[in-house]
Amino acid sequence: MAQHQVNYGQDAGLPVALTTIDKIVNWGRSNSLWVLTYGLACCGIEMMASGASRYDFDRFGTIFRASPRQAEVMVIAGTLTKKHAEFIRRLYDQMAEPKWVISMGSCANTGGMFNTYATVQGADRVVPVDIYLPGCAPRPETLQYAVMMLQKKIRREPANRNRNLKQKRFV
Amino acid sequence: MQQTNRLRPFFENLTFDRDDNHMVINFGPQHPSAHGQLRLILELDGEEVVKANPDIGYLHRGMEKMAENMIYNEFLPTTDRMDYIASSSNNYGFALAVEKLLGIEDKVPRRAKVIRTMLLELNRIISHQFWLATHALDVGAMSVFLYAFREREWGLDLIEDYCGARLTHSAIRIGGVPLDLPEGWTDNLAKYLDKVERAVKEDYEALLDENRIWKMRLENVGIIDKEMARSWAVSGIMLRGSGFEWDLRKEMPYELYEELDFDIPISDKMDSYGRYKLYMEEIRQSVRILRQLIPMYHESEPQLMANVPQYISPTKEEQMTQNYSLMQHFVLVTQGMRPPVGEVYVATESPKGELGFYINSQGEPYPYRLKIRAPSFFHTGILQDLLVGCQLADVVTIIGSTNIVFGEVDR
Repeated sequence: MAQHQVNYGQDAGLPVALTTIDKIVNWGRSNSLWVLTYGLACCGIEMMASGASRYDFDRFGTIFRASPRQAEVMVIAGTLTKKHAEFIRRLYDQMAEPKWVISMGSCANTGGMFNTYATVQGADRVVPVDIYLPGCAPRPETLQYAVMMLQKKIRREPANRNRNLKQKRFV
Repeated sequence: MQQTNRLRPFFENLTFDRDDNHMVINFGPQHPSAHGQLRLILELDGEEVVKANPDIGYLHRGMEKMAENMIYNEFLPTTDRMDYIASSSNNYGFALAVEKLLGIEDKVPRRAKVIRTMLLELNRIISHQFWLATHALDVGAMSVFLYAFREREWGLDLIEDYCGARLTHSAIRIGGVPLDLPEGWTDNLAKYLDKVERAVKEDYEALLDENRIWKMRLENVGIIDKEMARSWAVSGIMLRGSGFEWDLRKEMPYELYEELDFDIPISDKMDSYGRYKLYMEEIRQSVRILRQLIPMYHESEPQLMANVPQYISPTKEEQMTQNYSLMQHFVLVTQGMRPPVGEVYVATESPKGELGFYINSQGEPYPYRLKIRAPSFFHTGILQDLLVGCQLADVVTIIGSTNIVFGEVDR
């Protein structure tokens, strides 16, 4: 972030770091991704495991929240059925901007092995998805990697996301 | 009535417009302590629940219908996704049902039986630890969640060493198991068992048994009396917590349970606390069973799959050396086995309760009908009786104590 190394110990050292608004805002955003718990099926268990002792998601500043108002990343972990689809859209709309979506596991990506009358063939038919992560079920390491990829993505984005809103709005 | 082309939830016997003082609140389907996609519509009088209406089907994936279009071996990985906390017990229930249908359950080699029983009990431990973790988290004991998950990861490591998967094992096949245990696995298992036993005593029970908050929130909450347990057809720990001594491992022994020495813990307390004690005791019994299985494994012959060329593919070595075996394997993989005409219902004791598979075969490679009797389904049904009269805060405790998993309820 900081473009200039400042030696605070020196007499004339300036306690100032120079950067751009985009960078500092995205630095904050990417390191405090609060996740909306959206455990739908098997992947939800792996999502819980990522938050628990061994994989310890708190290291990434990723804390699971139960309320969409407090969350900015939705991890769709598991099979999305047609009966549930309505609710996922409603919760997505309730989340405050800026918001991102990680689709975890084959079921959320494409419907996976459940090509039946009851399942939505991919969560991206209902909400816009930023990161697709493969596996059935993906390991917690995969979810960690996805969060790191998302952090990378956020750091590249302009801080004012209004420009992107147009692309994201669809259905 | 519901229109078929519109997906709008509708509710029987439920009026949302009312002029009394009752309040209707919606719980779920996306709720962190609903253990999946349970939706409860609760009618409250102040803080007291007057009426509870569980609404299920949010994870209905059409598994039973899928089974009708799959050969038997193809369906096996799908059973992983039912009770995803303990996948091997589903694999086993299905494999045993098909084996009974084929009439080859006696031909499963001894070593396969030992490995299967090991996996079943390992899954039981993992499942109970997971139950404790989530239940304690719901009630407010965060540290228990972290401890229980730590030990659960060790168990998953063992399973990963064996079959390569953490959650969806598919490690039990029709007619045996695909792989032998890797070298040193049983030593790791023995070490793991010591750690689990110590964890149960020194972590979970030390933190919870005499914990005032835990006792206040669990004791006399969610009382299932004998009559209620019987009329709602509950099974597993829910039934044993009400004072019935009923465990299919003892009543209708399968696999090696007849030879093994273990107890069935029962409790007369009928409340959530009694059930919590049973879960802890069952982990200890599973540890005891696994300890007995380790020497049994070393005494067994190395054969892993039943030798029934008509239904089960021959070993890799035979396929590579004998022309006819290769042909058989090809036919079994491309067309699938054709079991005789008939029907079979096989129930096993999964960590949650009685898990039954009903298969109706018309002699085709696909089952004509496959019905899964999942224990959690019945435990969800009991909620409408169990929640009435309790406080709103107890709802979470009771849902946690029923140990329902929605992959299994909705299938």
